[in-house]
Amino acid sequence: MKTLRILSRSFRDALKGVFRNFSLSLASISCITITLLVVSLSLILSSNVNNIASLIEEDVTIVAFLDVDITEDETNKVLEDIKKLDNIDDVEFQSKTEIASEMKDSSEVYANIMNGWTEEENPLQSTYLVKVKNIESIGKTANELKKIEHVGTVKYGEGMVEQLVSVFKIVRNISLGTVVALIIVTVFLITNTIKITIYSRKREIEIMRLVGASNLNIKIPFLFEGLYLGIMGAIIPIVATFYAYSILYEKFDGKMFSEFIRLVNPTPFLYSVSGVLLLIGMFVGMLGSLQAVRKYLKI
Amino acid sequence: MSLIKMSHVKKVYKTGVTAIYDLDLAIEKGEFVFIIGSTGCGKSTLIKMLYREEKPTSGTILVGGLNVGKIKNSKVYKLRRKLGVVFQDYKLLQKSTVYENVAFALEVLGTPKSEIYQKVVKVLDLVGLKHKANNYPNQLSGGEQQRVAIARAIVNGPKLLICDEPTGNLDEITSMEIMKVLEAINQMGTTIIMVTHDTDIVNKLKKKTILLDSGRILKIFEKGTYNHENIKNSK
Repeated sequence: MKTLRILSRSFRDALKGVFRNFSLSLASISCITITLLVVSLSLILSSNVNNIASLIEEDVTIVAFLDVDITEDETNKVLEDIKKLDNIDDVEFQSKTEIASEMKDSSEVYANIMNGWTEEENPLQSTYLVKVKNIESIGKTANELKKIEHVGTVKYGEGMVEQLVSVFKIVRNISLGTVVALIIVTVFLITNTIKITIYSRKREIEIMRLVGASNLNIKIPFLFEGLYLGIMGAIIPIVATFYAYSILYEKFDGKMFSEFIRLVNPTPFLYSVSGVLLLIGMFVGMLGSLQAVRKYLKI
Repeated sequence: MSLIKMSHVKKVYKTGVTAIYDLDLAIEKGEFVFIIGSTGCGKSTLIKMLYREEKPTSGTILVGGLNVGKIKNSKVYKLRRKLGVVFQDYKLLQKSTVYENVAFALEVLGTPKSEIYQKVVKVLDLVGLKHKANNYPNQLSGGEQQRVAIARAIVNGPKLLICDEPTGNLDEITSMEIMKVLEAINQMGTTIIMVTHDTDIVNKLKKKTILLDSGRILKIFEKGTYNHENIKNSK
């Protein structure tokens, strides 16, 4: 009962504290707002960069050309062998007839030449289109495919794919690094602003100690105050992120420049970004005020 | 048993300055004691040790049975709840009303609201400020602010009230008003220790007076008068 009274008093006093020291609270809130906006922006950018990289990686396919004179049984046997490999995500068969008709559709010149061919005269090779789970070991998988009986040539854009993978790896690391660095800077900046807010209340803490408030009794209201500041500071970034991203997504119809560069779908992405922003605000707000109060409690 | 018992208390500050040398002192329940002496004689250090703002370097201080020197920083509140402190500069929360300032001392202890109201009204009545409960400190005179501070210090019903130059900022007439309030509190059974420079007050009230000089007790006057003759004679 007593604890409950102290808690409810802390809850109320913290709110009073925010408004009675409004100019300093406002300074803290705007600092949190601005830094969280930057964090939000970097989160959106890095998530989209990652998304685009993943989409492109997903599009990379290994083409395994089968022998020209392969029988249907042998074709099925190859499929079984391919499925036994561990890095296989998806396999699609494309017969030489399908390839021929696709080529004829794509150009009139091809059509003129190829129309004269009968089924037997068709010199094209049937293929298996293989998608891998882990793109980094695509080279190894391609070699394993090559060893399978009746598989002739194997192509996956050697060289270019490896380069792409390594570039994406760097881009991912940079974007992750930026987000982490920004969050650290945010934590530092916000805790310091809140510290200044609390330092100006040194007298209040001194009086609390004087009238016999225990350290916990003193800490709790300030903890709540830090929490409130953090939440208030997170409101604008969250609202802004929601509106800006939704508008952007709708305007570009979810893609940028080409079909390849698709944006991350707003739901549930925006909810997780908002959650992260709110958590940072709350956590850092409490951390800052706790650090400041501790200084005056002589612990 | 004495309310306060100090034996062989010594205080050396980190700077190397010795403020109190081997001091023995006992103060009984219900006493009203003045502590006087020139600036830098150790008066403030002495009472700061009583409410554990400073720790003695050696010796023991017992306040209401608590060994003050042994209390950890995180447990100081246990001592502070047993005593009240009043300062020269009042130490009020400027952004809170008179009522809130006094109620604050009870709120931090988790006292129920109805009980807070009763106690605060009673104590404001005692110091004669019931009609100003909703005013802010900057709307009050110095004497009134000090009475608010006294009200806050005694609202818990402490056994001991420590006053550090409570009349230091006040004129003669206002000072005497404060002293009347303090005497009334003393008559209700609260022990009062008051540090002062004000010769008039000491002479008029004729209470037990402890004269400090360079960190030592020079003399204890049972019904003390404070004048230069007295000080010279005791040296």
